[in-house]
Amino acid sequence: MPALVALSLLSVSFLSGCGATDGDSTEPATSQDSTSDDAERYPGGETTNTLLLGPNAFDNYVSNIASDHQSFFFAGNAFFKDAWVEAPASTEGRDGLGPMFNSRSCSGCHFKDGPGAPPEENEKFASMLLRLSVDGKSENGGPLPDPNYGGQLQPFSNPGVPAEGNPKVTYTEQKGKYGDGKSYTLLVPTYVIEDLAYGPLADDIRISPRVAPATIGLGLLEAISDERLTKLADPDDADDDGISGRINHVWDVTKKKSVIGRFGWKAEQPSVRQQTAGAFLGDMGLTTSLFTSQDCTDAEGECTAAISGGDPEVDDDKLERVERYGQLLGVPVRDQWQGDQIERGKKLFTKAGCADCHVPDHTTGDHPLTELSGQHIWPYTDLLLHDMGDELSDNRPVFEAEGNEWRTPPLWGIGRYNDVAGHERLLHDGRARGVAEAIVWHGGEGKKSRDAFVAMSEKDRLAVVAFVESL
Amino acid sequence: MGPHLVAQHDGDRSLILADQLFGIESKPMKYTGQSVLVLSAALSAVACGSSSDDGTGVSKQAVIAGYVDIVHATMVDTTNDAKALDKSVHELIAKPSQKTLDAARDAWKGARESYLQTEVFRYYLGPIDAVEGDINAWPLDEAYIDYVIGKPDSGIINDPSKTIDADTLLKLNEHGGEENIATGYHAIEFLLWGQDTDPDGPGDRPYTDYVTEGDDAGENAERRAQYLTVVSDLLVQQLSDITRDWDPGDETNFRNKTFLKEKPDRALGQMLTGLYKLSKFETGGERLQAALDSGDQNDEHSCFSDNTHRDMIQDVQGMKNVWSGTYVSKQLNETIEVPGIGELVKDADPVLYKHLNKQIGQSWDAANHLEIPFDRAIAKDNPKGREGVTALVESLQALGELIGQVTTELGLELVTQDK
Repeated sequence: MPALVALSLLSVSFLSGCGATDGDSTEPATSQDSTSDDAERYPGGETTNTLLLGPNAFDNYVSNIASDHQSFFFAGNAFFKDAWVEAPASTEGRDGLGPMFNSRSCSGCHFKDGPGAPPEENEKFASMLLRLSVDGKSENGGPLPDPNYGGQLQPFSNPGVPAEGNPKVTYTEQKGKYGDGKSYTLLVPTYVIEDLAYGPLADDIRISPRVAPATIGLGLLEAISDERLTKLADPDDADDDGISGRINHVWDVTKKKSVIGRFGWKAEQPSVRQQTAGAFLGDMGLTTSLFTSQDCTDAEGECTAAISGGDPEVDDDKLERVERYGQLLGVPVRDQWQGDQIERGKKLFTKAGCADCHVPDHTTGDHPLTELSGQHIWPYTDLLLHDMGDELSDNRPVFEAEGNEWRTPPLWGIGRYNDVAGHERLLHDGRARGVAEAIVWHGGEGKKSRDAFVAMSEKDRLAVVAFVESL
Repeated sequence: MGPHLVAQHDGDRSLILADQLFGIESKPMKYTGQSVLVLSAALSAVACGSSSDDGTGVSKQAVIAGYVDIVHATMVDTTNDAKALDKSVHELIAKPSQKTLDAARDAWKGARESYLQTEVFRYYLGPIDAVEGDINAWPLDEAYIDYVIGKPDSGIINDPSKTIDADTLLKLNEHGGEENIATGYHAIEFLLWGQDTDPDGPGDRPYTDYVTEGDDAGENAERRAQYLTVVSDLLVQQLSDITRDWDPGDETNFRNKTFLKEKPDRALGQMLTGLYKLSKFETGGERLQAALDSGDQNDEHSCFSDNTHRDMIQDVQGMKNVWSGTYVSKQLNETIEVPGIGELVKDADPVLYKHLNKQIGQSWDAANHLEIPFDRAIAKDNPKGREGVTALVESLQALGELIGQVTTELGLELVTQDK
């Protein structure tokens, strides 16, 4: 069984949840192992940020940064944080925003490099967006854009260009009960788009709501080797544990071929560079050498006619700076990594099968930024696609990811979301208010773990939540 | 036990503060007027809890109490300077001429002198952090505001269908993210100088842009004047709000209800976070390094006025103030001296103290030796200018490292969450 070979090679045998027991490990090993505990305090290995915490906990660069990479990081930080402006402007290197956009800056959605959230009632979508597509696939295997609105709804625009529309979300409550009789309430979202400016949406429109993910540790995730992911994958559930774990093969626009996807809620981007370029174009209307033309449809004449901020608007130097910035953003130290409740929570987490997909640790392979290579990291993800059930489905396939499938999001830093971003909204559309709700929403391959959580005593549930929030 | 300089709080309030801070009885301090220096062994004597068991050093509490006084004094000056700017803006609008325009430009530059010294009070979700995006947003969405080269009719000013008032302008800022686009110092700067297309000098917006009648009248001058007054008034209002949050006389504000109620280590962590982020990430980081990296003429924060070198100098000055516990108020023509963070370090690690003192001085020198204008200094064909910018970057980076060391040395974290 390939998965187990990989695991024992990396001496993380407690991950045997991925398959059957492998003989010597029926118990989660690390919580008993003081060496591992110490290591787990530093989720980014030697890169872990131990200094800048509180609301700035996601702002710091990897602590072992090479001195000649610092200038990349800081220049990238500027282009990530500062608003882009409409062309032409005096700040020539910072113009080209729009014509239509979701945000003026990267940090508009990834505020303080933290996660985005659904809008408050009657507010505009600020750190969340709607992806659009229709039936069928593009020539590279990606989703087909809506003929009038393209691949993403952009609710903001420069003067003289009508914004595409105004998305709204409303929630209905769905009540349920834990095994011990305690009740919980979930929020079920419904989306509508008002003020559509360019005619109707296609009849077969598929809409995928996405909140902005936190941007810490992206370089470390990129440094996990393809081989490691291939070994973790079990597309046909050969080990019959109910967990498949599929790689999304996506189009690399530079290499012009299909490669392993690892970023985005459906693992639809292969690299930090392409993810960044995709966000520049889709979210801010800024062209790069990877995505050279605006996403203006035939219906959007004002968009096509608008003044460009250069060709491309974000040159390769700037794109590289922002790419490096994302790669070099550090992961913060765990304040609490020991103690009865945390350790108990971790055991329960593993026993419930959560760690089968939220794979605790990896050793990174080689990365062009050598400070990211060979690090023992604890992101709690396998970067693979899993069926999360019909209730979480967006019914919008992306490359090989089906509507029900989502990439396991990393859990590192999750306990600091509130400090950094001022909220605890979780899942791809931010419907969950905190860890417990997020777990209860798990369906499909996650249902077994979800059911185990729901059946736990309140004390045990609190321990699981405390453990996750300690990450 | 040596005497220590502490800031004089105002009268009875200092008692309340002291009691809140230390939770123990303290002797009444004599009221000798605001911002006057008193030699007080009493305060530090009762205050020394954690850091100076032998009674020889300055207490954390005294440093924190001094810091809030420096913040308040700096904010008072900043607000007064912005009021002076506002006054000259109104004079320009009332009587547009080269003279009133020049006076307004001078007042803008004057207002920046104090404001930049407040930047070290950012980064810990204090009063300034909530509105910094309205006050100091950069880059500016020029074409959103007024005409620019290549777009003679652009901007809210040239669109009579748009209302120009504070509410409308603030709402614009909500469109897409944390960054402000249409208000603050740089919006005023743009409206006073206009776009800078001259590599050797600032922008040269004609005063006739504000002339509403006659042959000289500028296009949409009335709307431009209105825009300028709205953003100028708004700036005063927002700075006044922050100042109130640091006012010693308000029992319910951020200073008294939040900051001084923090555990001393957390308050110190916040003060150090301001120093660390400003030196390493903001000024010595993204601002200077992005400018150096791009070499673009307008990749500088005060690009319309060519005043960026002063931004750098006064940022460093603000750090010096917090470190040394000294603030020179030009407005009030007096000097406030309190125990700075440096005093704590001096007690804990004299070598590190010396090192940091030297580094902060070096940074200040480097900032003062930047080639002027800054956009020339960063040009890729100007190695000497770039060398000067690089020297400042390196010095601020080294300074940031040392502040990190101080944090570790004092057993603190840079803004920890409450456990």
